[in-house]
Amino acid sequence: MTDPHFGYIAASYGIAFAVIAGLILWTALDQRAQRRALAELEARSGRRRSGEGLRP
Amino acid sequence: MALLSAVTSLANPSRFAAFAERLTPWLIGVTAVVFAVALYLALVVAPADYQQGETVRIMFIHVPSAWLAMFAYTLMAIASLGVLIWRHPIADVSAKAAAPLGAAFTFLALATGSLWGKPMWGTWWVWDARLTSFLILFIMYLGLMALRSAIEEPSRAAKACAILTLVGSVNIPIIKFSVDWWNTLHQPASVIRAGRPTMDPSILWPLLIAAVAFTLLFTTLHLVGMRTELLRRRARTLRLTAAASAPSALAAEPAE
Repeated sequence: MTDPHFGYIAASYGIAFAVIAGLILWTALDQRAQRRALAELEARSGRRRSGEGLRP
Repeated sequence: MALLSAVTSLANPSRFAAFAERLTPWLIGVTAVVFAVALYLALVVAPADYQQGETVRIMFIHVPSAWLAMFAYTLMAIASLGVLIWRHPIADVSAKAAAPLGAAFTFLALATGSLWGKPMWGTWWVWDARLTSFLILFIMYLGLMALRSAIEEPSRAAKACAILTLVGSVNIPIIKFSVDWWNTLHQPASVIRAGRPTMDPSILWPLLIAAVAFTLLFTTLHLVGMRTELLRRRARTLRLTAAASAPSALAAEPAE
Protein backbone atom coordinates (compact mmCIF):
# COMPACT_ATOMS: atom_id res chain seq x y z
CA MET A 1 0.00 0.00 0.00
CA THR A 2 1.85 3.11 -1.24
CA ASP A 3 -1.01 5.51 -0.82
CA PRO A 4 -0.15 9.08 0.20
CA HIS A 5 -2.79 8.77 2.94
CA PHE A 6 -1.37 5.59 4.43
CA GLY A 7 -0.83 7.34 7.79
CA TYR A 8 -4.55 8.11 8.15
CA ILE A 9 -5.50 4.50 7.32
CA ALA A 10 -2.91 3.07 9.72
CA ALA A 11 -4.01 5.46 12.48
CA SER A 12 -7.67 4.47 11.97
CA TYR A 13 -6.94 0.75 12.24
CA GLY A 14 -4.56 1.40 15.16
CA ILE A 15 -7.23 3.31 17.11
CA ALA A 16 -9.82 0.62 16.30
CA PHE A 17 -7.46 -2.08 17.56
CA ALA A 18 -6.70 -0.13 20.75
CA VAL A 19 -10.39 0.59 21.50
CA ILE A 20 -11.53 -2.98 20.82
CA ALA A 21 -8.62 -4.54 22.76
CA GLY A 22 -9.35 -2.13 25.63
CA LEU A 23 -13.04 -3.09 25.64
CA ILE A 24 -12.25 -6.82 25.65
CA LEU A 25 -9.66 -6.43 28.43
CA TRP A 26 -11.94 -4.23 30.56
CA THR A 27 -14.89 -6.64 30.12
CA ALA A 28 -12.76 -9.68 31.06
CA LEU A 29 -11.12 -7.99 34.08
CA ASP A 30 -14.45 -6.66 35.35
CA GLN A 31 -16.01 -10.13 35.19
CA ARG A 32 -13.02 -11.69 36.94
CA ALA A 33 -13.20 -9.08 39.72
CA GLN A 34 -16.94 -9.66 40.23
CA ARG A 35 -16.53 -13.46 40.25
CA ARG A 36 -13.83 -13.15 42.92
CA ALA A 37 -15.85 -10.71 45.00
CA LEU A 38 -18.92 -12.94 44.89
CA ALA A 39 -16.93 -16.09 45.70
CA GLU A 40 -15.38 -14.31 48.69
CA LEU A 41 -18.74 -13.06 49.96
CA GLU A 42 -20.37 -16.48 49.58
CA ALA A 43 -17.47 -18.17 51.35
CA ARG A 44 -17.65 -15.63 54.19
CA SER A 45 -21.41 -15.89 54.62
CA GLY A 46 -21.45 -19.65 54.17
CA ARG A 47 -24.40 -19.28 51.82
CA ARG A 48 -25.19 -21.60 49.00
CA ARG A 49 -25.50 -20.12 45.57
CA SER A 50 -28.99 -19.12 44.56
CA GLY A 51 -28.68 -20.15 40.95
CA GLU A 52 -26.49 -22.19 38.69
CA GLY A 53 -26.06 -19.30 36.28
CA LEU A 54 -24.61 -16.95 38.87
CA ARG A 55 -21.77 -19.26 39.83
CA PRO A 56 -18.73 -17.05 40.50
CA MET B 1 -44.62 -22.42 21.55
CA ALA B 2 -41.58 -24.24 22.91
CA LEU B 3 -39.34 -21.48 21.52
CA LEU B 4 -41.49 -18.79 23.14
CA SER B 5 -41.36 -20.63 26.45
CA ALA B 6 -37.56 -20.96 26.14
CA VAL B 7 -37.21 -17.23 25.43
CA THR B 8 -39.49 -16.15 28.28
CA SER B 9 -37.64 -18.46 30.69
CA LEU B 10 -34.54 -16.27 30.03
CA ALA B 11 -36.32 -13.45 31.86
CA ASN B 12 -35.18 -15.19 35.04
CA PRO B 13 -31.73 -13.67 35.88
CA SER B 14 -30.19 -17.02 36.95
CA ARG B 15 -31.41 -18.80 33.82
CA PHE B 16 -30.23 -15.90 31.67
CA ALA B 17 -26.78 -15.96 33.29
CA ALA B 18 -26.49 -19.73 32.73
CA PHE B 19 -27.58 -19.30 29.10
CA ALA B 20 -25.07 -16.46 28.58
CA GLU B 21 -22.26 -18.55 30.09
CA ARG B 22 -22.98 -21.48 27.75
CA LEU B 23 -23.27 -19.24 24.68
CA THR B 24 -20.19 -17.04 25.28
CA PRO B 25 -17.40 -19.48 24.16
CA TRP B 26 -19.27 -20.17 20.89
CA LEU B 27 -19.82 -16.47 20.28
CA ILE B 28 -16.13 -15.72 20.94
CA GLY B 29 -15.11 -18.36 18.38
CA VAL B 30 -17.54 -17.18 15.68
CA THR B 31 -16.63 -13.52 16.29
CA ALA B 32 -12.88 -14.25 15.94
CA VAL B 33 -13.40 -16.15 12.66
CA VAL B 34 -15.74 -13.53 11.12
CA PHE B 35 -13.39 -10.71 12.23
CA ALA B 36 -10.43 -12.44 10.55
CA VAL B 37 -12.45 -12.83 7.32
CA ALA B 38 -13.63 -9.20 7.51
CA LEU B 39 -10.07 -7.89 7.97
CA TYR B 40 -8.84 -9.99 5.04
CA LEU B 41 -11.64 -8.69 2.82
CA ALA B 42 -11.16 -5.08 3.96
CA LEU B 43 -7.37 -4.92 3.67
CA VAL B 44 -6.59 -7.40 0.87
CA VAL B 45 -9.61 -8.23 -1.30
CA ALA B 46 -11.54 -4.93 -1.53
CA PRO B 47 -10.23 -2.70 -4.32
CA ALA B 48 -9.16 0.90 -3.88
CA ASP B 49 -11.92 3.38 -4.66
CA TYR B 50 -11.67 5.17 -8.02
CA GLN B 51 -11.97 8.55 -6.29
CA GLN B 52 -10.79 8.02 -2.71
CA GLY B 53 -8.02 5.53 -3.40
CA GLU B 54 -6.89 3.38 -0.46
CA THR B 55 -8.52 5.76 2.04
CA VAL B 56 -11.80 3.94 1.45
CA ARG B 57 -10.47 1.18 3.75
CA ILE B 58 -11.23 3.44 6.73
CA MET B 59 -14.91 2.94 5.84
CA PHE B 60 -14.74 -0.74 6.88
CA ILE B 61 -14.27 0.29 10.50
CA HIS B 62 -15.95 3.72 10.49
CA VAL B 63 -19.35 2.65 9.15
CA PRO B 64 -19.84 -0.50 11.32
CA SER B 65 -18.78 1.54 14.39
CA ALA B 66 -21.33 4.22 13.55
CA TRP B 67 -24.08 1.64 12.98
CA LEU B 68 -23.30 -0.04 16.30
CA ALA B 69 -23.20 3.30 18.13
CA MET B 70 -26.80 3.88 17.04
CA PHE B 71 -27.82 0.24 17.48
CA ALA B 72 -26.56 0.20 21.09
CA TYR B 73 -28.54 3.35 21.89
CA THR B 74 -31.68 1.95 20.25
CA LEU B 75 -31.23 -1.24 22.32
CA MET B 76 -30.91 0.90 25.46
CA ALA B 77 -34.08 2.82 24.54
CA ILE B 78 -36.03 -0.46 24.13
CA ALA B 79 -34.56 -1.75 27.42
CA SER B 80 -35.57 1.53 29.07
CA LEU B 81 -39.18 0.87 28.07
CA GLY B 82 -38.78 -2.54 29.76
CA VAL B 83 -37.53 -0.81 32.91
CA LEU B 84 -40.30 1.80 33.05
CA ILE B 85 -43.28 -0.30 31.89
CA TRP B 86 -42.52 -3.81 33.18
CA ARG B 87 -39.84 -2.91 35.79
CA HIS B 88 -37.88 -5.87 34.54
CA PRO B 89 -34.43 -6.29 36.17
CA ILE B 90 -32.86 -7.86 33.04
CA ALA B 91 -33.90 -4.78 31.01
CA ASP B 92 -31.90 -2.48 33.26
CA VAL B 93 -28.95 -4.92 33.28
CA SER B 94 -29.02 -4.83 29.45
CA ALA B 95 -29.18 -1.02 29.32
CA LYS B 96 -26.35 -0.64 31.82
CA ALA B 97 -24.08 -3.13 30.02
CA ALA B 98 -24.71 -1.54 26.60
CA ALA B 99 -23.77 2.03 27.62
CA PRO B 100 -19.95 1.74 27.77
CA LEU B 101 -19.95 -0.37 24.59
CA GLY B 102 -22.06 2.22 22.78
CA ALA B 103 -19.78 5.01 24.03
CA ALA B 104 -16.68 3.15 22.78
CA PHE B 105 -18.15 2.55 19.31
CA THR B 106 -19.35 6.18 19.12
CA PHE B 107 -15.83 7.35 19.98
CA LEU B 108 -14.42 5.00 17.34
CA ALA B 109 -16.83 6.34 14.69
CA LEU B 110 -15.94 9.94 15.57
CA ALA B 111 -12.17 9.27 15.60
CA THR B 112 -12.08 7.26 12.36
CA GLY B 113 -14.48 9.74 10.73
CA SER B 114 -12.10 12.54 11.59
CA LEU B 115 -9.14 10.57 10.21
CA TRP B 116 -11.14 9.92 7.02
CA GLY B 117 -12.35 13.52 6.78
CA LYS B 118 -8.92 15.15 6.86
CA PRO B 119 -7.59 13.62 3.60
CA MET B 120 -11.01 13.61 1.84
CA TRP B 121 -12.61 16.88 2.99
CA GLY B 122 -9.45 18.75 4.01
CA THR B 123 -10.62 19.15 7.59
CA TRP B 124 -10.70 17.07 10.78
CA TRP B 125 -14.09 18.39 11.87
CA VAL B 126 -17.03 20.55 10.76
CA TRP B 127 -20.08 21.47 12.79
CA ASP B 128 -22.50 19.99 10.29
CA ALA B 129 -25.72 18.26 11.34
CA ARG B 130 -24.42 14.65 11.07
CA LEU B 131 -21.16 15.20 12.94
CA THR B 132 -22.74 17.41 15.61
CA SER B 133 -25.65 15.02 16.28
CA PHE B 134 -23.14 12.17 16.55
CA LEU B 135 -21.06 14.15 19.04
CA ILE B 136 -24.28 14.70 21.04
CA LEU B 137 -24.78 10.90 21.03
CA PHE B 138 -21.30 10.48 22.55
CA ILE B 139 -22.08 13.10 25.22
CA MET B 140 -25.40 11.32 25.94
CA TYR B 141 -23.57 8.04 26.57
CA LEU B 142 -21.10 9.74 28.93
CA GLY B 143 -23.96 11.56 30.68
CA LEU B 144 -25.90 8.33 31.18
CA MET B 145 -22.88 6.55 32.66
CA ALA B 146 -22.20 9.54 34.94
CA LEU B 147 -25.85 9.66 36.06
CA ARG B 148 -25.86 5.95 36.89
CA SER B 149 -22.69 6.14 38.92
CA ALA B 150 -24.03 9.21 40.78
CA ILE B 151 -27.10 7.37 42.16
CA GLU B 152 -26.30 4.63 44.66
CA GLU B 153 -29.70 2.93 44.84
CA PRO B 154 -29.92 0.68 41.72
CA SER B 155 -33.71 0.93 41.22
CA ARG B 156 -33.61 4.75 41.36
CA ALA B 157 -30.60 4.81 39.03
CA ALA B 158 -32.41 2.47 36.62
CA LYS B 159 -35.50 4.70 36.49
CA ALA B 160 -33.53 7.95 36.08
CA CYS B 161 -31.31 6.45 33.35
CA ALA B 162 -34.33 4.96 31.53
CA ILE B 163 -36.05 8.37 31.41
CA LEU B 164 -32.89 10.14 30.21
CA THR B 165 -32.24 7.39 27.62
CA LEU B 166 -35.76 7.78 26.20
CA VAL B 167 -35.42 11.57 26.08
CA GLY B 168 -32.09 11.20 24.26
CA SER B 169 -33.49 8.67 21.80
CA VAL B 170 -34.95 11.57 19.78
CA ASN B 171 -31.35 12.06 18.57
CA ILE B 172 -31.27 8.69 16.74
CA PRO B 173 -33.63 9.64 13.86
CA ILE B 174 -31.93 13.06 13.78
CA ILE B 175 -28.55 11.34 13.20
CA LYS B 176 -30.01 9.03 10.55
CA PHE B 177 -31.87 11.69 8.56
CA SER B 178 -29.57 14.68 9.23
CA VAL B 179 -27.90 14.16 5.85
CA ASP B 180 -31.31 14.39 4.13
CA TRP B 181 -32.85 17.18 6.21
CA TRP B 182 -29.86 19.55 6.13
CA ASN B 183 -27.07 20.41 3.74
CA THR B 184 -24.11 18.55 5.24
CA LEU B 185 -20.50 17.95 4.29
CA HIS B 186 -21.09 14.32 5.31
CA GLN B 187 -22.34 12.23 2.39
CA PRO B 188 -25.94 10.92 2.29
CA ALA B 189 -26.75 7.27 3.10
CA SER B 190 -25.28 4.85 0.57
CA VAL B 191 -26.28 1.44 2.04
CA ILE B 192 -29.44 1.76 4.20
CA ARG B 193 -31.58 3.89 1.87
CA ALA B 194 -34.66 3.71 -0.32
CA GLY B 195 -33.66 1.79 -3.42
CA ARG B 196 -30.46 -0.16 -3.96
CA PRO B 197 -27.15 0.65 -2.24
CA THR B 198 -25.05 3.04 -4.32
CA MET B 199 -21.88 1.09 -3.58
CA ASP B 200 -20.18 -1.40 -5.88
CA PRO B 201 -20.57 -5.01 -4.63
CA SER B 202 -16.76 -5.39 -4.43
CA ILE B 203 -16.80 -2.81 -1.63
CA LEU B 204 -20.32 -3.40 -0.31
CA TRP B 205 -19.76 -7.08 0.60
CA PRO B 206 -16.60 -6.50 2.67
CA LEU B 207 -18.48 -3.69 4.43
CA LEU B 208 -21.43 -5.95 5.25
CA ILE B 209 -19.11 -8.72 6.53
CA ALA B 210 -17.31 -6.12 8.68
CA ALA B 211 -20.69 -4.99 10.03
CA VAL B 212 -21.54 -8.61 10.96
CA ALA B 213 -18.12 -8.96 12.69
CA PHE B 214 -18.64 -5.77 14.71
CA THR B 215 -22.20 -6.80 15.62
CA LEU B 216 -20.98 -10.22 16.82
CA LEU B 217 -18.30 -8.49 18.90
CA PHE B 218 -20.92 -6.20 20.42
CA THR B 219 -23.24 -9.15 21.16
CA THR B 220 -20.44 -11.12 22.85
CA LEU B 221 -19.25 -8.18 24.98
CA HIS B 222 -22.84 -7.25 25.84
CA LEU B 223 -23.69 -10.78 27.00
CA VAL B 224 -20.52 -10.98 29.11
CA GLY B 225 -21.20 -7.48 30.46
CA MET B 226 -24.78 -8.43 31.40
CA ARG B 227 -23.57 -11.53 33.22
CA THR B 228 -20.96 -9.45 35.08
CA GLU B 229 -23.67 -6.98 36.08
CA LEU B 230 -25.81 -9.84 37.46
CA LEU B 231 -22.82 -11.03 39.51
CA ARG B 232 -22.27 -7.45 40.77
CA ARG B 233 -25.92 -7.19 41.84
CA ARG B 234 -25.82 -10.55 43.60
CA ALA B 235 -22.65 -9.47 45.44
CA ARG B 236 -24.37 -6.21 46.44
CA THR B 237 -27.37 -8.13 47.80
CA LEU B 238 -25.05 -10.38 49.83
CA ARG B 239 -23.19 -7.35 51.23
CA LEU B 240 -26.48 -5.68 52.23
CA THR B 241 -27.77 -8.91 53.80
CA ALA B 242 -24.51 -9.30 55.73
CA ALA B 243 -24.65 -5.67 56.86
CA ALA B 244 -28.30 -6.03 57.94
CA SER B 245 -27.66 -9.19 59.92
CA ALA B 246 -24.47 -7.87 61.56
CA PRO B 247 -26.16 -5.92 64.43
CA SER B 248 -28.41 -8.88 65.32
CA ALA B 249 -25.41 -11.18 65.28
CA LEU B 250 -23.61 -8.82 67.61
CA ALA B 251 -26.67 -8.61 69.84
CA ALA B 252 -26.85 -12.40 70.01
CA GLU B 253 -23.27 -12.60 71.30
CA PRO B 254 -23.06 -12.94 75.08
CA ALA B 255 -21.86 -9.82 76.88
CA GLU B 256 -18.46 -10.12 78.55
